[in-house]
Amino acid sequence: MTVSNVSVVKRLFRVREFGLLAIIALIFVVMSFASPYFLTWSNMRAVMLSFSVEGIVVIGMTILLIVGGIDLSVGSVVCFSMVVGGALFLAGLDPWTASLIAIACCGFIGFLMGQCVTRIGLHFFIVSLAFMVIVRGLCLLITKGTPQSLFSLPPAFKFIGQGSLGPVPFVIVIFVVLIAVFDVLLRRSTFFRRVYYTGSNEKAALFSGVNTNRTKVICATICGTLSGVAGVVYMARFGAATPQFGVGMELSVIAAAVIGGASLNGGAGTIAGAVLGAALLSLVTSSLILLNVPPYWQDIIRGGILLVAVTADHLLNTRKSKG
Amino acid sequence: MPEPMLSVRDVSKRFGAVHALSNVQLDLRAGEVHALMGENGAGKSTLMNILGGVIQPDGGQIQLKGNPYVVDGPAAAQARGVGLVHQEIALCPDITVAENIFMAETNSRGGFWMETSNLNARAEQALAGLHPVPATALVGDLPIASQQIVEIAKALTLNCDVLIFDEPTAALTEIESNALFSIIRGLKARGMGIIYISHRMAEIFSLSDRITVFRDGAFVETLTTAETTPEEVATRMVGRPLLDLYPPRSSRPASAVCLSVDGIADGHLVKDVSLEVRPGEILGLAGLIGSGRTETVLAICGLAPRTEGRIRFDGRDVQQADYRASIRAGIVYLSEDRKGTSVFLDLSIAENISALDLRSVSGSLFIRSRAENAVAEEMRERLGIRCSSVAQQVRTLSGGNQQKVALAKLLAVRPRVLFVDEPTRGVDIGAKAKIYAILRDLADEGVAVVAISSELPELIGISDRILVLHEGRVAGEVSGDSMSEETVMHLASGLGPAPTETRHH
Repeated sequence: MTVSNVSVVKRLFRVREFGLLAIIALIFVVMSFASPYFLTWSNMRAVMLSFSVEGIVVIGMTILLIVGGIDLSVGSVVCFSMVVGGALFLAGLDPWTASLIAIACCGFIGFLMGQCVTRIGLHFFIVSLAFMVIVRGLCLLITKGTPQSLFSLPPAFKFIGQGSLGPVPFVIVIFVVLIAVFDVLLRRSTFFRRVYYTGSNEKAALFSGVNTNRTKVICATICGTLSGVAGVVYMARFGAATPQFGVGMELSVIAAAVIGGASLNGGAGTIAGAVLGAALLSLVTSSLILLNVPPYWQDIIRGGILLVAVTADHLLNTRKSKG
Repeated sequence: MPEPMLSVRDVSKRFGAVHALSNVQLDLRAGEVHALMGENGAGKSTLMNILGGVIQPDGGQIQLKGNPYVVDGPAAAQARGVGLVHQEIALCPDITVAENIFMAETNSRGGFWMETSNLNARAEQALAGLHPVPATALVGDLPIASQQIVEIAKALTLNCDVLIFDEPTAALTEIESNALFSIIRGLKARGMGIIYISHRMAEIFSLSDRITVFRDGAFVETLTTAETTPEEVATRMVGRPLLDLYPPRSSRPASAVCLSVDGIADGHLVKDVSLEVRPGEILGLAGLIGSGRTETVLAICGLAPRTEGRIRFDGRDVQQADYRASIRAGIVYLSEDRKGTSVFLDLSIAENISALDLRSVSGSLFIRSRAENAVAEEMRERLGIRCSSVAQQVRTLSGGNQQKVALAKLLAVRPRVLFVDEPTRGVDIGAKAKIYAILRDLADEGVAVVAISSELPELIGISDRILVLHEGRVAGEVSGDSMSEETVMHLASGLGPAPTETRHH
């Protein structure tokens, strides 16, 4: 290989998305030999289904991470959306209006967290930790602690979570559309450029005339809204509202975004990277199940992957800055 | 010739493919202040980090008092009697001054309890000669200049034979600097060897015995200070004769006032400041730390609220503090803290330059990267930003080029009034000359430029007139031939206008 070829390969590996694609490809090759079931359509469909709803939350989390925030409450908020939508439906509202109200409530929760951060000057970590507990409490309060069956949801609504367009589940269609929209927005819209400015250096953004507080509030609202959307999709998919749903979801969502290249220091991250991060985690889980790895080991391995991904990125980046 | 106390022979250091140092020499005698000069990237800091034990050399020998000097860390360097005062403040903000000063000692002493009262007393003693800083204050509560003093006091307590200062006066006022210089002279008289790094020629020439110049990681020459001139040193540093550092002033008559500020106050440092700015001129703003120079400008630009006074721009009243409205009106501010508040280090040059006005490079919905890159290319050409492409991360640029990007960001909105705060801080001499030329060009194009600087020669060199602030009020104005370091310092210290008769030496 010539010198220029080496440097091209090196440069490609420094692009986070390429490294992730390479690892995903490797998993495909290894697993297709290890398990005859892996490369079947039904398995692929199951893998995509498993990360596409959570992937909607990953999009919101990535945006909030880019602006320099973090949201630990996403699991509770997803559940809240499900519970509020379900309760309103059981109270006699049509499911569409109920869902829209639920999503709006979740957006408002994000907005509130943004206000706490920007007006009082608290950190996103603490604020969202508090909201994680508060919102979970609200879920238990609304449902009196018991799962609500939503069997009577009309089929048109259930289609959101259970239907298919041809061979493709509608959930995946929703996810792909959201990916496309937010990917373009993040790369090219002026609002999201301000998000990158704010996350990269908040003071410099202020000194460039960016309304950093408003930017942060909007990002928190988007994250809450997308969590709400995910909650409604889950409600349609499961036909139930469970007050304990989504416990621990924030960890896998943050892991996916960070594996995809989002920085906890803000200023860095892409939608494509985050989606690939979510896909990688989901593929690994499914592979471990196919290989009959005991469930306790699965968590250990997924945690290890997070550590390896972040370490690799750190090493590549330090080398990059030294020239 | 006396035997050198510290001798550096043929020392080299590479970072990847970059030769940070190649075969450099340095001799330090006991009782000598040895200045080390060179542009940014010349290798000064690399050598200092080697001497301080922070990094290891790849080749060459270093001898301290005739013995080989090999140290594997800052603690080992201190044990051998070599101390380093860092350019960047490396203190813990949440503990007291005394605890910071004796951090190394507390770390190595190994006792269980802190000896608080003892530490405080000894810290007061170490600080006594420098500047009154309370030993029990938390470092994070102190202004930058006082933090720098603490950093210096910390090094003084180490009882070193060799003490290295890396731009110690970058954040100090004139008075604090002078206190530091007399302490350095005292240490020198006690036989200590001192290596002194600074960009400020005046300091170097009043303080040092010899000057060693580095260029591009290589040793150029060691000169005896008494036998050389600042021009000669500057020529050695850039490797070519340096023509006038400051561009000629324009002879055009001043235009009508475009921005007038009348009796503004911010409730803190700014008490009562009035000033007028005219298109085509460079107005210098001088004052000691605490005079409210920066705060005045922040209030004018709408970056900080004002409690009193009025501001008129183009004959119209400017209402409340709103920097975005100021930007739209054409009033922009270049901050003194380049990395902290001026540029986005992680983003590209082009993404930095478009930050103030994204709409100008956007269609109805999206940013047009072609337009964004075109603006960046234009600025790269105009300001001479040295980079491989405008997609390059700003973090990878030199200090001077980062500063040009920060300036380009403001120029992209075609400002009518440009405030620049310490525009050449931490910038090498070549980039300084370029920035002065840019400011003068802007003035000639009809921009009103207001420059704040702690370096009086610079302020006098570039300004048409200088307004001096003292404790939040205007102490006076000097222009033309009456601009001198003496007249400005006189006003800045609150002594009123300097009587012309006393200007003899």
